[in-house]
Amino acid sequence: MTNPGRLSAPGDLDKPGSLSGPGSLQANGSPAGPAAATESEEATKPAPDPAGAGIPAGEPLAAFAKRYNLEPAAARPPVLKYLRLLWQRRQFITGFATASNVAMYSEARLGQLWQVLTPLLNAAVYFFIFGVLLHVNRGVPGYVPFLVTGIFVFNFTQRSCITSSTVMRENLPLIRALPFPRGCLPLGYVIIELQQLLLSFTVLFVIILAYGEPLTWYWLLTPLVLVFQTLFNVGCAFILARWGSGFDDVSQLLPFIIRTWMYASGVIFSISTSLALVPGQSLYNHKHLAYLLQINPAAVYITLIRNSLLTEQRISMPGYHPYNALRCAMYGSPAKFHVSPAQFKNEVIYFSSYCHPIVSQPALWLYAVGWALLAVVVGFVFFWRAETRYGRG
Amino acid sequence: MAVADPMVVVDDLHVVYRVYGSGADRGTAATALLRMIRRQRRPSIREVHAIRGISFVAYKGDAVGVIGRNGSGKSTLLRAIAGLLPAEEGMVYTQGHAALLGVNAALLENLTGEKNVVLGCLAMGMSPQLVKERYPSIVEFSGVGDFINLAMKTYSTGMGSRLRFAIASAKSQDILLVDEALATGDAEFRVKSHRRIDELRAQAGTVFLVAHNLGEIEETCNRVIWLEKGQIVQAGTNVAEIVDAYLEATGGEPRKREPAKPQAGPA
Repeated sequence: MTNPGRLSAPGDLDKPGSLSGPGSLQANGSPAGPAAATESEEATKPAPDPAGAGIPAGEPLAAFAKRYNLEPAAARPPVLKYLRLLWQRRQFITGFATASNVAMYSEARLGQLWQVLTPLLNAAVYFFIFGVLLHVNRGVPGYVPFLVTGIFVFNFTQRSCITSSTVMRENLPLIRALPFPRGCLPLGYVIIELQQLLLSFTVLFVIILAYGEPLTWYWLLTPLVLVFQTLFNVGCAFILARWGSGFDDVSQLLPFIIRTWMYASGVIFSISTSLALVPGQSLYNHKHLAYLLQINPAAVYITLIRNSLLTEQRISMPGYHPYNALRCAMYGSPAKFHVSPAQFKNEVIYFSSYCHPIVSQPALWLYAVGWALLAVVVGFVFFWRAETRYGRG
Repeated sequence: MAVADPMVVVDDLHVVYRVYGSGADRGTAATALLRMIRRQRRPSIREVHAIRGISFVAYKGDAVGVIGRNGSGKSTLLRAIAGLLPAEEGMVYTQGHAALLGVNAALLENLTGEKNVVLGCLAMGMSPQLVKERYPSIVEFSGVGDFINLAMKTYSTGMGSRLRFAIASAKSQDILLVDEALATGDAEFRVKSHRRIDELRAQAGTVFLVAHNLGEIEETCNRVIWLEKGQIVQAGTNVAEIVDAYLEATGGEPRKREPAKPQAGPA
């Protein structure tokens, strides 16, 4: 009221007197009810507090907040409650995944076709380089199905990791605007990749059937492996989502790490046979390294899926037949035994199954379960511990 | 007599922003990795003390206006209440969750408005059944019309903020923080959103409103907090008085004309 130039306007507003701000609100047509009750309370309160900030007199604010059961704004729900919240949002998670999946290629002229084309083109490139130009298919029967299966399976983990490293920053507006358990987002991203995987696996089935692969009961093991792989991916997604939420550095670095991981997981080469059983090959004198490479989660899931889908992989896996030193040696050094190339290709190439396995098939299954559980538990806890920090910056 | 239940208690809050690297000393991928492994902060950090010791309490049914110049800490305060910023010192206590509406773009910009409504409501914990029931009224309220079937990134700023406000206010939020999100709406939407804010207050929710449009503050709020350099200059229920004092202090700025608006409002 001190400024004469603007006196008229607030004067209009403050009908009951300049002190009762709520008066102006009532004039604005606020409905009766709790709001009105608050006003009357405030009116009866004699000078609410010194600062006019609604602070109760004679009580520390922390105690006051506690008395009314207020919680710290950045409180993290306990693990079980958090899990329950996530379960409660399951429709959001799947809806989010499906909608994103549909929208992902909306700007491309070929649209959803890219979901199939991308892994196919990938497989074609790797086949051309490693199968045609470099001939690394030596010692692997049925190289094309071997390669394509490996690429499609690895692609699932690869994409889950790469996309989830940016999930928190990509969805910043959503995180800031709406309260929901943030774990929904990395979970949603893994489900996006799972949906794409199911599509690309349809393509894979067509390819390997076209290569003459018979349909066997072993195929039924594939979904089981995929369950474990999905759990493993969820764990990785949680970890990378938290790492990537702060800085861009993680998502910049990740493609290189993942590419290295791919070469180390036997996507293109067979660790268990051509690299480890052939004298002169890189892993022949490094069985411990071969062991480590074979138990790495990506290699475990790839090998298990190859062994369930591809008969040639199953019957050539070391340990498939009882150990036979002679036949194992024939596989490693065919020239020493005067095996002709044709003989090798038709018969001796399967003799790797007479060698000692570095990691046996049952052990692979154990590792598959172990990695899945380890990743999902560690990843979940790691992500949950930073729950209140997402969306900051 | 009993005081209304508090919804937000801000207890001597300090917020410090850390601004990373001004370009110099970015480092290579290797050093960045090392830093990540050692969990070190980036070397070049500037600290900005955005909130310097604020205390206040907001009660059920309050609509609190937050005014102040650019950079006075208004948005920071709201983000701290939403739990999106760590407190350097002090504490923010809330009853229930806070939803923050800012001027930023769409929620899920690549998805259609329809998907945004459905997913937004599901994210807030509404059941699919309830979402189906409320969907028409949300779309109606947002007033985006046929655009509901287009990707949200094609929306104008105003349309985007209308839809976001419609979604966030569809569920009776305990605490709704509106950071200039209504500024881009047209006159019709402003009337609608005020009505919605009043409804939320009537349902014992608390609304915080940051706006440079002082007329809007006077029309909507029963309590106002004036911030300057991260501290409270004045706060209280005498909204018009504080707004006047604020106008006087900022003098000469274009906001001066704003008091003309309330004349039309209550009349």
